[in-house]
Amino acid sequence: MIAFHLETRSGVPTYLQIVQQVRQAVRLGILHPGDQLPTVKEVVEQLTINPNTVLRAYRELDLEGLVEGRRGVGTFVASGQPPLPPDDVKTLRSSLRRWVDRARAAGLDDENLAALFADTVRPSSISRVA
Amino acid sequence: MSDSPALETAALGKRYASNWALHDCELSIPTGSVTALVGPNGAGKTTLLQLAVGLIEPTTGTIAVLGHDPRSEPLAVLPRVGFVAQDHPLPRRFTIAETLRLGRELNPSWDDAVAERRIDELGLSRRQRVGTLSGGQQAQVALTLALAKQPQLLLLDEPVASLDPLARREFLTGVLQAVTETGITVVLSSHIVTDLERVCDRLIILADGRTQLVGPIEDILAGHRLLTGPRTTAAGVARVHEVIRESHTERQTTLLVRANGHVYDADWELHEVDLEEIVLAYLGQTSDTMRAAVAR
Repeated sequence: MIAFHLETRSGVPTYLQIVQQVRQAVRLGILHPGDQLPTVKEVVEQLTINPNTVLRAYRELDLEGLVEGRRGVGTFVASGQPPLPPDDVKTLRSSLRRWVDRARAAGLDDENLAALFADTVRPSSISRVA
Repeated sequence: MSDSPALETAALGKRYASNWALHDCELSIPTGSVTALVGPNGAGKTTLLQLAVGLIEPTTGTIAVLGHDPRSEPLAVLPRVGFVAQDHPLPRRFTIAETLRLGRELNPSWDDAVAERRIDELGLSRRQRVGTLSGGQQAQVALTLALAKQPQLLLLDEPVASLDPLARREFLTGVLQAVTETGITVVLSSHIVTDLERVCDRLIILADGRTQLVGPIEDILAGHRLLTGPRTTAAGVARVHEVIRESHTERQTTLLVRANGHVYDADWELHEVDLEEIVLAYLGQTSDTMRAAVAR
């Protein structure tokens, strides 16, 4: 079971934060196929958020095929969701760690690090407005 | 869940002497939603809620609550509406047991199990007098009375204004538990914007007796952006987007806009804005984060 957390001033909609946290937990192997997500009631009580927001997030994950809702029972991680290969994650993490050390040595603080990383991952930095 | 709105107004207005407390109000609140009614003191929030329960009569227009006029058909409305007035007034000398008994006697649809369970969960003794409870506990008892009526619509007038942050969270959690369990429609007024983004799915901004902005919070967040750029006038941007607020320093201009479609403009840096920022912009105030964005 995982616990969700919210960053209230991030500008990322609440439902999307939940979606992202489930995706990440599955990719990193924290959640396995068959694992149950917290019930809507549990998330509402833990985070003081609107149940419609939780339902919206779970519906989105269901559409993606990442989870499956079983009526009256709960929401479960779907089978056939291989996490990232643990060995690759380990290798990548250690080379990223070396990169972070070099960047710090070059005088970048955490904010600069995050900005540089985000900018590299997403080369076109034009924001969209819906 | 029915398709007709839980609360609907048309050209609704209320005038006291020469002062319009509410003017030309057009609203439709969907069944099952949790709506925040936001605005400074005196904006018309209480007036709207009092009109919804028929405590006062409209000067112009109409209001329908659960499909009925609260003034001409009170019996079709009042038993199905839970109302917690500002400062949740309860008889202070009553014990909790006596308070629950009062609720049971006054409300035909009263559900004892709901009331008893909530009092147990709050860890309160039935012998305690209401006047000896903390502000947060009194608010929770008032909420218990409203919920045990098993209403379809819950109206809360500034329920958390006088509560500390922890009591505020606990109260809102109680409201959301009821939403989860019964799908009740909620309208809560507040001049405190904190927590509303996570609790509510719709927003109404009221100022000077008029609605300034109405809609789903998600759409509101997606539709507003903060633009920063070299000092200029807002005229160019204003041709395409609605400029809600502009501010200038010697070298920089900051605009909060309601975007009309996509913003692609190399002259401006775009930032997302949180709900508090948007509310403050509509209410014509300047907050610290805004100044920080300008200074950056």
